[in-house]
Amino acid sequence: MQQRNSQTINVTRNATGQKTREILVLALLLVCSLVAVLTTIGIVASLAFEAFRFFQEVSLFDFLFGLEWSPQTALRSDQVGSSGSFGAIPLITGTLLISAIAMAIATPLGLLSAIYLAEYASDGARSVIKPLLELLAGIPTVVYGFFAALVIAPMLRNSGENVGLVISSESALAAGLTMGIMIVPLVSSLSDDVINAVPQSLRDASYALGSTQAETIKQVVLPAAIPGIAGSLLLAASRAIGETMIVVMAAGLAANLTANPFEAVTTVTVQIVTLLTGDQEFDSAKTLSAFALGLLLFIITLCMNVAALKIVDRYKE
Amino acid sequence: MNSIVMRENINTMIEHSDFAPENSIISAKNVDVFYGEKQALFNMNLDVVENSVTALIGPSGCGKSTLLRCFNRMNDVIPICHVEGSITLGGQDIHASNVDVVSLRQKVGMVFQKPNPFPKSIYDNIAYGPRIHGMTTSKAELDEVVEKSLKRAGLWDEVKDRLDKLGTGLSGGQQQRLCIARAIAVQPKVILMDEPCSALDPIATATVEELIDELRERFTIIIVTHSMQQAARVSMHTAFFHLGNLVEYGATSDIFTAPKDERTQNYITGRIG
Ligand SMILES: Nc1ncnc2c1ncn2[C@@H]1O[C@H](COP(=O)(O)OP(=O)(O)O)[C@@H](O)[C@H]1O
Ligand SMILES: [Mg+2]
Repeated sequence: MQQRNSQTINVTRNATGQKTREILVLALLLVCSLVAVLTTIGIVASLAFEAFRFFQEVSLFDFLFGLEWSPQTALRSDQVGSSGSFGAIPLITGTLLISAIAMAIATPLGLLSAIYLAEYASDGARSVIKPLLELLAGIPTVVYGFFAALVIAPMLRNSGENVGLVISSESALAAGLTMGIMIVPLVSSLSDDVINAVPQSLRDASYALGSTQAETIKQVVLPAAIPGIAGSLLLAASRAIGETMIVVMAAGLAANLTANPFEAVTTVTVQIVTLLTGDQEFDSAKTLSAFALGLLLFIITLCMNVAALKIVDRYKE
Repeated sequence: MNSIVMRENINTMIEHSDFAPENSIISAKNVDVFYGEKQALFNMNLDVVENSVTALIGPSGCGKSTLLRCFNRMNDVIPICHVEGSITLGGQDIHASNVDVVSLRQKVGMVFQKPNPFPKSIYDNIAYGPRIHGMTTSKAELDEVVEKSLKRAGLWDEVKDRLDKLGTGLSGGQQQRLCIARAIAVQPKVILMDEPCSALDPIATATVEELIDELRERFTIIIVTHSMQQAARVSMHTAFFHLGNLVEYGATSDIFTAPKDERTQNYITGRIG
């Protein structure tokens, strides 16, 4: 009886020690995650605050629906803000145009190489191709940028000339193509994982019913992998939208409102960079507009992420 | 003394491997199966009786699934697997160069250990095979095939109001019957079942066993089971395997009441397993 008592006490004491340790660890983890959360909140708050200051000088309507972007004119102190042109539409269309070209390249290339890697490639081929694709992902974007500006763009312009097309030396096409190649590994590697995660039992079921490999991939594997594939495509798209270096170097700074991929366009990110590099006064409408653009970009990618989650959820049911 | 017993066993073993029913639909002759270097089945000879239920029993790892997968050439899917010998379906060599594995698998359906419905609607699960093989020409005809298959699998009444709901949303037992219905829908001659009840609860198991009993009239069923009671309940013929060899094959009642081989006896009395 006595002995059992002392044992009970021992047990309790150990448990208390353990509990304190658990609480400490928990607190540490909480603090770490709070750092991330608070930083995010801080960034969003500062974006919102500076953007708010911008919107005191330029109306929200003009910013969102204005068709002309030329912040340089607004720099002159005698016509601050109101007379400058801060219409974001050309930037948004430029961003979308380049991203659309990039996705048009990366979706088929990435998806088809993922299907090849996951379903057809022998182990030997896979062990060569996969690292090579991942190497593509490791190339700094500035390298892609000068590749686009010095190789792709002149090539496009020359071949355009040969068939009588006018392609400017800085074009949405050059930037979009290069960016497309850049995000292929993102699409292929994520989709490859997703396709591999489709249970073998589903493939077996399909084969056992007499389907061929192509039928099985088309009718069973891809439909089962769609949520993940959609996720990887959205991720790639938001990467494309946020990409800067390639566009700075290959697409130009001209805020043309055009859907023509052969013309120079500019993007939201490029304008943010050019607005904020060099010595700037932090209360001119020109500089402040960068925060408004940043906020806009943030909202766009946020919407895309929410949409991605919605799609994934709907397919999960 | 011991060696005499052994010799007798070998004799009866040979005798019973020769069990050669008249009306056999599948016939395996001198089949050896290898996974890479490792041999999983040794000189297998087995004739499966048409329109009956044949049970394959034996300790785990003895090659039951391997043999089952020979019959619809599902071993082709496993790169390291290599099959030798002859297997005929209705007298035709299934490894012959003019045999299309697609039509072979249409004739020889399969139900797996773990229910594996496609993450598609109940309707599309059943319609999958008929669509692949272009078996129907109109929506009405396909509807009919779906209804008939679900009825034969005893699932129609439970799902007829929710054919557009996901097959993966059904209970385990319903999912397995859905998989059986899916296999039936392509009008196979033979249905292979690899431990179809091992993931099911006793009530769902009973339902599936009843179903197997009904299906026997139209299909030849070969069922792998680790449950001796199940083999005794559902099968007409039983084959006992041990370490990649067919030890004893015959009428289920004989195997269970008067096993000729000591290994069979040990197994069914629970001494090896
Ligand atoms: N895919 C495979 N690769 C390698 N060896 C396998 C594979 N499948 C089965 N085997 C081997 O073949 C033997 C028979 O396996 P199996 O047919 O699954 O037995 P059972 O179904 O009777 O339990 C086992 O020794 C197993 O390890
Ligand atoms: Mg098995």
